[in-house]
Amino acid sequence: MVEKSATRYVLRFAVIVYLFFLVGWPVWLVGQHTFEQGLESLRAALSDPVVVFSLQLTLAVAVQAVLLNTLFGVGVSLLLARYEFPGRRVFSALLDLPLSVSPVVVGLALVLVYGPRDGWFGAWLHERGFDVIFSAPGMIMATAFISLPLVIREVVPVLQERGIDEEQAAASLGASPVQAFLRITLPGIKWALVYGVVLTFARALGEFGAVKIVSGNLEGRTQTATLLVEQKYQDFEQSTAYATAFLLAAVSVACIIVVTALRTDHSSTKARSGT
Amino acid sequence: MSIIVKNISKRFGSFVALDDVSVSLPTGQLTALLGPSGGGKSTLLRIIAGLERPDSGSIEIEGTNATNLPARKRNVGFVFQHYAAFKHMSVARNVAFGLDIRKTPKEATAARVDELLRLVHLEQYAHRLPSQLSGGQRQRMALARALAVQPSVLLLDEPFGALDAKVRKELREWLRRLHDEIPVTTVFVTHDQEEALEVADEIVVINEGRVEQVGAPDTLYDEPANEFVMGFLGPATRLGGELVRPHDIEVLSHDPGSEFLPGTVMRTTRVGFEVRSDVLVESDHFTGVVQCVATRAEARSLKLDSGAQVWLRKAPGSTSVATDAPLSAPNEFPFANYTI
Repeated sequence: MVEKSATRYVLRFAVIVYLFFLVGWPVWLVGQHTFEQGLESLRAALSDPVVVFSLQLTLAVAVQAVLLNTLFGVGVSLLLARYEFPGRRVFSALLDLPLSVSPVVVGLALVLVYGPRDGWFGAWLHERGFDVIFSAPGMIMATAFISLPLVIREVVPVLQERGIDEEQAAASLGASPVQAFLRITLPGIKWALVYGVVLTFARALGEFGAVKIVSGNLEGRTQTATLLVEQKYQDFEQSTAYATAFLLAAVSVACIIVVTALRTDHSSTKARSGT
Repeated sequence: MSIIVKNISKRFGSFVALDDVSVSLPTGQLTALLGPSGGGKSTLLRIIAGLERPDSGSIEIEGTNATNLPARKRNVGFVFQHYAAFKHMSVARNVAFGLDIRKTPKEATAARVDELLRLVHLEQYAHRLPSQLSGGQRQRMALARALAVQPSVLLLDEPFGALDAKVRKELREWLRRLHDEIPVTTVFVTHDQEEALEVADEIVVINEGRVEQVGAPDTLYDEPANEFVMGFLGPATRLGGELVRPHDIEVLSHDPGSEFLPGTVMRTTRVGFEVRSDVLVESDHFTGVVQCVATRAEARSLKLDSGAQVWLRKAPGSTSVATDAPLSAPNEFPFANYTI
């Protein structure tokens, strides 16, 4: 018993030290730098129109990417969980691609397709006055691409576990497929969906590589918060960089807290219900 | 006839679930689809409900051709083995679901839900979630939910299969009484012959995708059409060239002469009030193990113990079916001569 608890304390200590040096300390320092002169640097950053614009742009891009991925994600989840079709496994594997491919590659690939000069589809769009690259649509697409599987990976297991008995019961009681989806399926996958959406949102806020390439990083036009942090840092405006970074980190932490709260809530209801 | 099934066939890949099945189910009766697992009975029920599409054939419900109607337009109540309760809704919301879909006025819905919850004895559970109910209660809720929309037929897919033996027995008696109160045409699937014999007005025996026999429980028990029905609707054992019910075998402890076959008791097992014995019969034209059943008193007076000499015959006038099934050989009983 004594040995066992000793091992446990050593392991615990190792984990805490590891997390402290890898995550805790660096994030703490960002906060410390932000509040070095009290709220001054935060106030200065928030009164800089370029900073405010970048935060607004980040939010707008993230929200739209989340919307796209939620709609697409639920549809694809239903397809994957409920239907057998040729190539289903390949399709499922492809959906994980965005998580494994470097965001920079994603950005370059989008430029190849939608670039205004050389893109095989972008040139055609450009002639008709619609730009994807170096403007909002491209940034939303890049963000949606890199966070594509997050909703799907949350929702599919829940759909598979639920089976289709409830939907079939609803159908036999006269519900149309849309009614069965809204009244039965959606409430059933609600928590998984919220969880996936929050993860997608957090990932979308922090996206850097793909957005940097497709946006062109134009200050006050296509510069998101992460891009601004990099630029301010390199321009020796450290306090602005830290303040913006702190805001991004704070939102992410808030997302993690929301997810943790949802997860315990969800798992406790699950444990209670049994079968 | 309430439901007319015509030439229905259904395959799953290379597995033939239903092979050209035709059957008519009478209005207002309680019919059991009885058969072993994988025999196709659930598939047939799901095809009637519209939850599965047949490869060929047609379904007629209450005079309308329902073959191409989706489930939601068939006005069929369906009860699933695993309840399919709407987990996020209270018991009352569950029961009201079909009425809500039909946009029934609120007062009418509330009144109907109350009435049904009383019928299934769940009135005090109206505001609970399904997860707070026992299995038997959930299944009664599912039944109330299916009855709420006043379906023209009620279909139950192994409704008591997931419940323990005692609750199952209670619920099937209750289902029988319920059906006497509300005589809606009801079809239920079961693999439990006792359940079918006890509850149903009519039994359809289904095996390997085909209908083996249709009839009233007594008819099926007394006049089985073939070996399968004989064997499935109760115990059967082979004596000479026939399948006989073990309780229809007359056992004597002395040699009465003709007709009787001599044998040796290999082992006996007492189950409650009855004594089951395996008798090894060795005669000129029949050798094999025959199962007999006697009451405890009979067994005692016959001195039925392993090693005892007995003489057997089929009781005159009892049910039997000619068979050429292989004999059960003595060495198939490794515990022979072992008395429990």
